Amino acid sequence: MPTLSLMPTEFTVVRNEEKCIKCLACVRQCGFEAQQYDAEDDRLYAIDANCVNCQRCVSICPAGALTIYKNPPPLRPHAFWTENHLRNIAKQAETGGVLLTGMGNDQPFPAYFDRLLLNASQVTNPSIDPLREPMELRTYLGRRPEPGAKTRTPLVPIATPIMFSAMSYGSISHEAFASLARAAKEFDTMFNTGEGGLPGDLYEYADHAVVQVASGRFGVHADYLNAGRIVEIKIGQGAKPGIGGHLPGEKITAPVAATRMIPEGTDALSPAPHHDIYSIEDLKQLIFTLKEATRYQKPVSVKVSAVHNVAAIASGIARAGADIIAIDGFRGGTGAAPTMIRDHVGIPIELAIAAVDQRLRDEGIRNQVSLVAAGGFRSSADVVKAIALGADAVYIATAALIALGCHLCQKCYTGKCSWGIATQDPYRSRRLNPEIGAERLYNLLRGWSHEIKEMLGGMGINSIESLRGNRLHLRGVGLNEVELKLLGVKHAGEAM
Amino acid sequence: MQKVYARPAWCMNCHLCEVNCIIAHSRSRDLFRAYKRENLRGTARVIVEERLPLSVAVQCRHCDDPICVAGCISGAMVKDPATGIVYCQEDKCVGCWTCVAGCPYGAIRPGEKNGRPVPLKCDLCRETGEPACVAGCPNRALVWEERGAGA
Ligand code: SF4
Ligand code: SF4
Repeated sequence: MPTLSLMPTEFTVVRNEEKCIKCLACVRQCGFEAQQYDAEDDRLYAIDANCVNCQRCVSICPAGALTIYKNPPPLRPHAFWTENHLRNIAKQAETGGVLLTGMGNDQPFPAYFDRLLLNASQVTNPSIDPLREPMELRTYLGRRPEPGAKTRTPLVPIATPIMFSAMSYGSISHEAFASLARAAKEFDTMFNTGEGGLPGDLYEYADHAVVQVASGRFGVHADYLNAGRIVEIKIGQGAKPGIGGHLPGEKITAPVAATRMIPEGTDALSPAPHHDIYSIEDLKQLIFTLKEATRYQKPVSVKVSAVHNVAAIASGIARAGADIIAIDGFRGGTGAAPTMIRDHVGIPIELAIAAVDQRLRDEGIRNQVSLVAAGGFRSSADVVKAIALGADAVYIATAALIALGCHLCQKCYTGKCSWGIATQDPYRSRRLNPEIGAERLYNLLRGWSHEIKEMLGGMGINSIESLRGNRLHLRGVGLNEVELKLLGVKHAGEAM
Repeated sequence: MQKVYARPAWCMNCHLCEVNCIIAHSRSRDLFRAYKRENLRGTARVIVEERLPLSVAVQCRHCDDPICVAGCISGAMVKDPATGIVYCQEDKCVGCWTCVAGCPYGAIRPGEKNGRPVPLKCDLCRETGEPACVAGCPNRALVWEERGAGA
C-alpha cells in the first residue's frame, strides 16, 4: 500500500497561459507523464510530482510558455541534513529499496580541473597561430613495439585525442548509438560499443569502434572482435567501481536481445568481477586470448575505474600485455547505478591520470602503453589539462549525450528518457534522428578540437604529442602541497 | 515537381508542423496573433495521423490528375500548370466540399475564413516559397524534394 509521501515535489511546472497556444506538444513529448491535457475542459495542467526537470517540454514549446522551477524546499535549511539526505531517507522509508540513479556523481567534491591553469607564451618564446601554421592533433593509440619484436600490432590513429566512451546498446537507444557511430566515423575517431555488442546494421562503422568485452560477455563473438578496431576489456566503470550491471528485462527488446545474444525480455546481468579474472595473470590470459582471436591485429585496451590503488593496477595491466589502459574517474556516468556507489566510490580522474602516468614513467614502461582517461570532461580545457597531466587521449560520454539533448535529469535508469537517448521505447527514441545527432556530435568534436589547437598554439606547441605529460604547462591554484605533489604541478606564481 | 514527403521513421508526433502551417497561413504570420487574435487553432493544412508509437504528417500530394480539381463545381480548385501546385482560389469557393469528399488521401478539410468557406489544404506555401512544415520540423521528418512523376 502506498503511504503518504513525506516530501514536497522537487519541481514545479509553470505554464504562462498568456503565451500557451494549446498545441499540446509538451503533453506529447513529456517522457514522464507530467504534462497532461484534459480534453473535456480543453485544459492543460501538470502533475508536478512526475516532473524530473528534463526540460524536453521547455525546449519543444513553440510559444516559450513553459518554465520549470526547483521547488524551494519548505524544509528548514540544514547544512548537515541536506534536502538530498531527507529525500533519500523518505524514499527508502517508502520503498525499502536501494536508491538508484543515472549519469555521474553530482556531489560537490572538488573538481581539480578547476584548480589547474594553463600556460601561454609571451616574448621569450613565440606562440603559434593555428590558422596559419600546421597543428597536429592526430594521436596514435597502442603499444609502441620494442626493438626486435616479432609481432607488431598496428597503432590506431585518431584525428583528435577525443573518443566517445562506452555506452551500450540497450542502455542507450539505437538512435543514440548510431549517432555516436556515425560521428566517430565522420570525424575519424572512435566510439565504444560498451558491453552490449554491436547491432548488425552498424557494422559499417566497426572500423571506428572500440568493441568491449565485459563480465557478461554480451554480444561477443569472433566477427565482433575482428570487426572492431580496438578490443577493450571492461573491468570497471567510474560511476560504479566494484559492482556489475543490471539491464532490466523491459529494455531487452528483440533487437537488443539479438545483439546481446540473450533471450528477449530477460534481465542482462553483468557480474561484478569477470569470473575468470582473479589476478593480473588471469587478466593476461584474457588479453592474449583476445589477441589470438584477432591475430594480433587489434590493440587490446583494459578499462578500470579510478580507485585508490590505480597506479599499481595500471602497472600490472601494462605488464600483462595491454596496449591501452583506460581509466574512468569518479565523475563517469552510467545508465543506472546505486546512488551510494556512484556518489561515494572512486577517485578524481585528474589525480588518477597523474598517479598512473608517474608510476609508469618511474617504471620505464610509460612509452609501451597508451593512457586514455575518462569520466567528467566538460570542455576542451579539461581535455588539454588531462593530456598535460599525462593522458594520451580522453573518452567523453556525458558531454556527448548533452550534445544529443540530455539535460542531466539523471533518470536514465527509468527507461523513460524524454530525449530519446536512454530508452528502448520507439515512441521516445524516434525523436532522436541520428542524422541530426551525428551532426551535433561532429560539431562538438570540431569545436573542441579547434579550441585545443588554439590552446596549444598559445603555449607555443604545434602538436598534441608535445603536450602529453608536460606538466610544466600546468599550474595549480588553491591546492595544498600534497595535491600539488600528487598532480606533479607547481603552484601558480612559481616560475619554470 | 518538388513535393513534401514524410519520413515516418523520424516523425516524433510533436505536431509542430501543424503549428508552423497555421502561422504561415495566418494574416499576421505571427504565432501569438495567429492563435490568440486570428483564432486559427485547428486550421492546419497538414495533419499528423497517429497510430502510436507511429505518427506521420499527411498533406496534399498535389496529384498529377487531381480529383479535387476535376470535382470542383465552381472552378475554385486549380492546379497551377507552371508549378504543379494544387490550390484553391478562395474567393471562388462556394463550400460544397466535393473536394473534401473526393480526396483519396483525406488531405482536405472543410474550414472557414472571415465567415466564408475555405477548404483547408496544403498549398506548399506557394506565397512564401519554402513549406513552413518542412522548415520547422525539428527532427527532419519532413523533406521537400523532387522525386520524379508519380512519387
Ligand atoms: S508546448 Fe507550449 S504552447 Fe504547446 S501546449 Fe505546451 S505549453 Fe502550450
Ligand atoms: S513537425 Fe515533424 S516531427 Fe513533428 S509531427 Fe510534424 S512531421 Fe512529425
